[in-house]
Amino acid sequence: MATVTVTSKPKRRWGATVAGVVILCTMLFPLYWMVNTALQPDSGLLEVSPVPGSLDLSGFTSAITEQGGHLLTSLVVALGAVAICLAVAAPAAYGLAQFRLPGTKSIVFGTLITQMVPGIVIANALYSAYVDLGLVNSYFGLMLADASLGIPFAIVLMRSFMVAIPKEVIEAAEVDGAGKLRTFLQVVLPMSRNSLITAGLFAFLYAWSDFMFALTLNTTDDVKPVTLGIYQYIGAHVGDWGSVMAASVLSAIPAAVLLVLAQKYIAAGITGGSVK
Amino acid sequence: MSTTTASPPAAATAAENATATKQPDPLRARRRRRLSQWGFIAPAVVFMLLFFGYPLVRNIVMSFQDFSPSTFFDGKAPFNGTDNWSKVFQDDLFGKALWHTIVFTIGSLIGQFGIGLALAVFFTKKFPLNGFLRSLILLPWLVPMVVSGIVWRRILDQDTGVLNSLFDTLGFGGSTPWLTSPGMALFSVIMVNIWIGIPFNMVILYGGLQEIPKELHEAAALDGASAWRTFRSVTLPLLKPVITVVLVLGFMSTVKILDLILALTDGGPADSTQTLGTLTYQNSFVQLDFGAGAVVGNVLILISAVFAVFYLRANRSEGK
Repeated sequence: MATVTVTSKPKRRWGATVAGVVILCTMLFPLYWMVNTALQPDSGLLEVSPVPGSLDLSGFTSAITEQGGHLLTSLVVALGAVAICLAVAAPAAYGLAQFRLPGTKSIVFGTLITQMVPGIVIANALYSAYVDLGLVNSYFGLMLADASLGIPFAIVLMRSFMVAIPKEVIEAAEVDGAGKLRTFLQVVLPMSRNSLITAGLFAFLYAWSDFMFALTLNTTDDVKPVTLGIYQYIGAHVGDWGSVMAASVLSAIPAAVLLVLAQKYIAAGITGGSVK
Repeated sequence: MSTTTASPPAAATAAENATATKQPDPLRARRRRRLSQWGFIAPAVVFMLLFFGYPLVRNIVMSFQDFSPSTFFDGKAPFNGTDNWSKVFQDDLFGKALWHTIVFTIGSLIGQFGIGLALAVFFTKKFPLNGFLRSLILLPWLVPMVVSGIVWRRILDQDTGVLNSLFDTLGFGGSTPWLTSPGMALFSVIMVNIWIGIPFNMVILYGGLQEIPKELHEAAALDGASAWRTFRSVTLPLLKPVITVVLVLGFMSTVKILDLILALTDGGPADSTQTLGTLTYQNSFVQLDFGAGAVVGNVLILISAVFAVFYLRANRSEGK
């Protein structure tokens, strides 16, 4: 029995790797097809060959001409949303984790509940408020709305990290004469660096992927993120799949880059934000 | 409350320090400290009230108001009793959308969860490149949903899409109207949504599986339990809290689906993929009848609220 397991083990393990590669290829096939179609801009409405025959980057050139500005808009809006999200959520997470105030329990409860409000319902009511406030078709308006996608998650996530900061550390800083704000900025934030990065990453991905607020809170072309740009483009130019796919590839790059560079933060965010 | 928001925490702490050096008045100092502590929390509370609380209340009010395309020019939206409600409920489309939402949600959850759990179990094996493969599988989940939808729209194209050419090559007949036939479209949309949701289910369930002590499996194996028996009687019961969380979170994000359907089918053909989410959108932002949109939105909230209760129970049973 023992010898059997020893001899067969290495073989079986590589077998699992092969199975894993097959699973991965199946899961990633649509994304491969996106890149593949982007590299065959001439195929138009014809069938796309399984591999690009030559390296034709004209799809990407036209995508950058048509969607370059929208990509930039997405970047600006997403970065703005991250800034708002962290500025609002980090102090709150600290307060909810460390201060003994009446009502904090219900605030944490409320934060959990907000994650269940459907986005389209928010957009429905927000639109008329935005009209009254002049926030429709504005960068700031979209940044605020996109920040709302990340704030509850960021509070829950950072709070769960900040609860673990020992009281003595904070008291020591305050005994040394640091005010509440300085303690927060110079002691608490550096200690919570990892959770801050994770929350920021997710806030970025939420805002970058946002389509619904972009669609509903904009009536002109002034503020058009790339998700909306691509959506409207296929409505108008059904035949030009090459450049649509090239634009899609460009819009997927941040996700891919973050996955490679910040893998451990993303994994921490998915498990930490939802299970704990 | 309003004073707390107005004064930045820095000013509050400065004032606190100033009084502390002047004369110690414990009661006042304590109140000051409380106030400065609220300064940390207040911005988030105000933000969430504006972006989650206000829309909830406003939607209820809006559902009793008569919105028309001219409302946003003249600002007039007179109250019209329950007109919106009866109009929405009498329309066949509402019943259809509700049914599609139920089918879409249940179908997506079964697929995402089933495949996600299978993959999670698969990845608990130790083999070379495990971590690398596992992290790359996340990619579909991180790509903007509307972009995934558009990519799949190309793949599922009846005449030139790669799925039909593949089926053709394999001899299954290659002209399935995935997105263009009213009988097929909902099924296809569910398939795509399953693809999107697998990574999320897998990662969370994998995390849950990692927390189960290995000794329990070994003990069951020593007792002669088969792999399937061990899975059913040891793994699944211990995984239950994680399963509840993953299903409820999955439910929340699936029931309100909008991006994916707009990108794939726009609710068509012949309204066969219209859901409560797309119906809210089309009532409000296409027909500019925000009152009818609010009615459908309220139904959506009601459904979510019922499941919110489940979620909170699940959270509580976890002991956190």
